[in-house]
Amino acid sequence: MPQEQRLILKHADQPGYTPDIECYMRHGGYEALRKALATPGRDLPDGKKQTPREVIRDEVLKSGLRGRGGAGFSAGLKWSFVDRRSGKPIYLICNADESEPGTFKDRQILHKDPHQLVEGMIISCWANDVKLAYIYIRGEMPHAARLLNKALDEARAKGFLGKDILGSGTELEIHVHRGAGAYICGEETGLIESLEGKRPYPRIKPPYFPAVLGLYMCPTIVNNVETLCHVRHIVNMGGAEYAKLGTPNNTGTRIISLSGDVKNPGYFEVEVGKVTLGEVIYHENFGGGLKPGRTLKAIIPGGSSSKVLKAGEKFKLRKKGPDGQMVAVETDLLDLPYDFDSLQQAGTMSGSGAVIVMDDTREIVDVLANVSEFYAHESCGQCTPCREGALWMSKALHRMTTGGGRSQDADYLLHIAQNIQGRTICAFGEAAAWPVLSFVKKFKDDFVARGKADEEARAKGIVPASHH
Amino acid sequence: MSFTVPAKLEAQLDELTTHYPQKRSASLMFLHALQEHFGYVSPEAVDWTARKLGLQPINVQELVTFYPMFRQQPLGKTQVKVCRTLSCSLAGSDSIRKHFVEKLGLDAHKHGPQTTADGKFTVEFVECLASCGTAPVVMVNDDLVEKCTAADCDRILSKGR
Ligand SMILES: Cc1cc2nc3c(=O)[nH]c(=O)nc-3n(C[C@H](O)[C@H](O)[C@H](O)COP(=O)(O)O)c2cc1C
Ligand code: SF4
Ligand code: FES
Repeated sequence: MPQEQRLILKHADQPGYTPDIECYMRHGGYEALRKALATPGRDLPDGKKQTPREVIRDEVLKSGLRGRGGAGFSAGLKWSFVDRRSGKPIYLICNADESEPGTFKDRQILHKDPHQLVEGMIISCWANDVKLAYIYIRGEMPHAARLLNKALDEARAKGFLGKDILGSGTELEIHVHRGAGAYICGEETGLIESLEGKRPYPRIKPPYFPAVLGLYMCPTIVNNVETLCHVRHIVNMGGAEYAKLGTPNNTGTRIISLSGDVKNPGYFEVEVGKVTLGEVIYHENFGGGLKPGRTLKAIIPGGSSSKVLKAGEKFKLRKKGPDGQMVAVETDLLDLPYDFDSLQQAGTMSGSGAVIVMDDTREIVDVLANVSEFYAHESCGQCTPCREGALWMSKALHRMTTGGGRSQDADYLLHIAQNIQGRTICAFGEAAAWPVLSFVKKFKDDFVARGKADEEARAKGIVPASHH
Repeated sequence: MSFTVPAKLEAQLDELTTHYPQKRSASLMFLHALQEHFGYVSPEAVDWTARKLGLQPINVQELVTFYPMFRQQPLGKTQVKVCRTLSCSLAGSDSIRKHFVEKLGLDAHKHGPQTTADGKFTVEFVECLASCGTAPVVMVNDDLVEKCTAADCDRILSKGR
């Protein structure tokens, strides 16, 4: 039976569990930090030696941990790209901007178990020779910012932060930095600019890879809240043991944020790939199915920037057959394992782990109009295709939802979206284009029908309410 | 009214500045603190921040105009932010906003924040507040109201009057 497997949220919702350090330590908190600091170096079979810090970084690499913020990039590999020879300080930033529509998982950690993040960060900083780190938290979470500041004070008082962490001779300071309501601050280079006190205009890559030219043009690690929490568990369990959770190349657990037209929306922590998209939506342990009498229309599987999936879609998934050969297996939408690779093979992504469900009572044109308005509002405005295109698409969709549709609007929207993707400084361009490309392609009939109906109404002289 | 930052607040901000290797980084935190204290970010607050951080006023002003949370005018005592984004929209956030706007005699067709003449309320649509599982959600000043109903709206309204 598919069920939750809580590692990160193990204690968060237990009665009596509080966000203070005493409670955290009663539940084994900061043991992983002690273990990390006491890690001995080791000799590798090839005669090379690993320092204690390299051992921890190696364990994170071996764990297979992939970023939980959106791109699903290997955390261990990201850490291995850090320029350690520049002589400049190395910074670490926790991305707690949580602003991808549909996502509300970091909120649970920040409010209910902030010390888990702090411990994960201290270990990650120690392993990467970081002496100064920041938590960039979205401005709309003032309570969580206060909780984090309190948690950091408590950790400081216990000697887990400061000039000489637990007598190890290592120093570390972590500060909370608040954003102020702009989605683009979630993009890592926009975040860095924002933390430097500027407008969050994303930087162009190359050359501004954070691992080399990040905060103050120094090597910088940016990881999501949930990713950093996992580091604590990897140290506790060992990388190889951790990698047994989940499925190959999709290891560990992750928190799914489920919202939209389901009976029980909420967050669910599962072993990656052990639960299917259908189970997430329909199983009684998770979403509990649709509301009575409704049928499924569409699923946004990884935050609003991911490409939509249409009810009834089938995909060819590459799987290992009984003889060890890779074979293509036809897989129904609802049987897709909820993991990084399967959703990628289905032409979309698991992104931030946010699943938004739409049932048959929803008008697809209206849904896309809502999504596009978000991107029109949030474009930072640096690149013309993104700034103009996102607004243009949103305006066209607004027109379509207020009686001004035209039968050619579907192609018109596709044309604009195609001219955004791949032509911008940051991945926001894709994030704005992909919903339009996928919705319009997969539900083209809906868009054409809406446009035709509007044209006919206008021909009969029926003037739409908002066009007088 | 003359612009004076209380000594205690200034001391807090001076401490904040030490969190960063470069002072400029503290500008967002300064603006948050000044907005919290004065209710909005006035031109004087911009100048003061710039002076404290060794910046040109434009370096600070461009933040105020970019980041949606900063306000250049005083706002209502009770600030109501209704989430507009998809999951909340599916759960009826449109009618939640309409409820507030109509009961307060504001213009339902107007975009952006609107403040009542008596200065008691500001109502606006904002983007996803990262609580989509308990949609529709509304932020009332610093607090989140989850699964917001018409009855919740009325409670917020009577409390703020
Ligand atoms: C437009 C945009 C918005 C993003 N928003 C967030 C966010 O809110 N939180 C987050 O952790 N990552 C976000 N990301 C991803 C970050 O750029 C970055 O990849 C991530 O924080 C890295 O952490 P991870 O490797 O631990 O996932 C966003 C990316 C883009 C392009
Ligand atoms: S793609 Fe959009 S959000 Fe990203 S830098 Fe360009 S204009 Fe800004
Ligand atoms: S859509 Fe409203 S909180 Fe996310």
